[in-house]
Amino acid sequence: MSETERKIRVLIAKPGLDGHDRGAKVVARALRDAGMEVIYTGLRQTPEMIAEAALQEDVDVVGLSILSGAHMALAPRVVELINANGQDHVQIFLGGIIPDEDIGKLEEIGVSGIYGPGTLMDEIVGDIRKGVLGEKAK
Amino acid sequence: MVSVQEILSGDRLSLARLLSKIENDTSDGRATLSELFPHTGNAHLIGVTGAPGTGKSSLVNQLACYYRQPPENKTPKRVAIVAVDPSSPFSGGAVLGDRVRMRDLAGDPGVFIRSMASRGSLGGLATTTSGVVQAFDSAGFEIILIETVGAGQAEVDIARLAHTTLVVEAPGLGDEIQAIKAGILEIADILVVNKADRAGVENTERALRNMLNLSQPAKRVYRHHGTLETVPSPTAETPESESAWVPPIQKTVAIDGTGASELGDLIAQHKTHLQKTGEWERMERARLQAELENLLQITLVSRWRDALSAEMYENVFEQLIERQLSPRQAVDELLNSGPKS
Repeated sequence: MSETERKIRVLIAKPGLDGHDRGAKVVARALRDAGMEVIYTGLRQTPEMIAEAALQEDVDVVGLSILSGAHMALAPRVVELINANGQDHVQIFLGGIIPDEDIGKLEEIGVSGIYGPGTLMDEIVGDIRKGVLGEKAK
Repeated sequence: MVSVQEILSGDRLSLARLLSKIENDTSDGRATLSELFPHTGNAHLIGVTGAPGTGKSSLVNQLACYYRQPPENKTPKRVAIVAVDPSSPFSGGAVLGDRVRMRDLAGDPGVFIRSMASRGSLGGLATTTSGVVQAFDSAGFEIILIETVGAGQAEVDIARLAHTTLVVEAPGLGDEIQAIKAGILEIADILVVNKADRAGVENTERALRNMLNLSQPAKRVYRHHGTLETVPSPTAETPESESAWVPPIQKTVAIDGTGASELGDLIAQHKTHLQKTGEWERMERARLQAELENLLQITLVSRWRDALSAEMYENVFEQLIERQLSPRQAVDELLNSGPKS
């Protein structure tokens, strides 16, 4: 019996209070079309809810969509909780409106990719594949 | 290798990792599942199926809330939820969105939700769903809610897996002809009419009730001279029909929880019924036998194929293409002159 090809599992979540979920849905759809299994959690998730979902679903990647400007409060908390759960292999990326001066700080705390408006889907898909496959080779 | 001890002691990260290994059908996952198997057989498996958009996920959310905060005289139960959504037939990818309706359960350590993609399986579940359910069972979850892919008419695998199957309907989806067709309605142990605050709910309920009346002729009692005298129906009443389970119809509004505790009571009644009539053991036997047969077939075929030389296969296949052999003759030829097991 051959073992089924391993699927990349991605959690797409919207932390915080803004209600603009179009971007998150577009990315979810694009990742689906790239053959990934995308768990979509919907709006207004707390960092605790996101970390819990990432654990139960045993995902490889967590994508956060934040357009409220609260990314410096929310993203580090999500990273911290996911690491505390023992899932430090999980890649975390961020989409939304992120000012340039915050990008360095976010990358420093462990956000692996930051994608603003106009990002090509192929770029996100490629980065995820590279990250997860690299992780696997380790 | 996932530690069996960690699963049994309720470690959530180990459980989550084991579930992935089961889903990916790795040898590691299979071995762990075999070790866990003696610890299974304690959970009540409840299937929830129905057409897309009838409110299955919201209903599962409400049922889980009911089991976590039951009426005063009962103790809360640990609840696992397995929610299956379809995989794309083209990319193999999937968007699993059932968690969106289950936010009330966040932060409760007595609940574990796992989304699964169907990965090409057509019966409404994934092929590895039963393995995932076994893992939850061994980890001590007392209630396992299994939500199928939004099902049309033929996705009836859930009835083989679950002890109690809920079929969820909503107003406006079909008429009485839909209700007498074979398939999904037949597998219902409990019929749920969700969105019962919508117009047309009486029609849906009536159509389902008529369907049930037709399917339970032995239970019917004809009234002679108005209501003066009851006469048993012409079909002989066997002792078994006395204990037959007639699927009840429960109206619910899953967004506000109306009807959830009544539904919970019905599910408990169904479990009692199964245990009293011996049906619970019969189901268990049938399910394990089906699994044994299925694995036996898969394993035999793959072993035999591994032993078969590619040359012989090609040779027979060419004769088939030339129409010197029919497909059935080709099989006989391979079985007769191929490897003996």
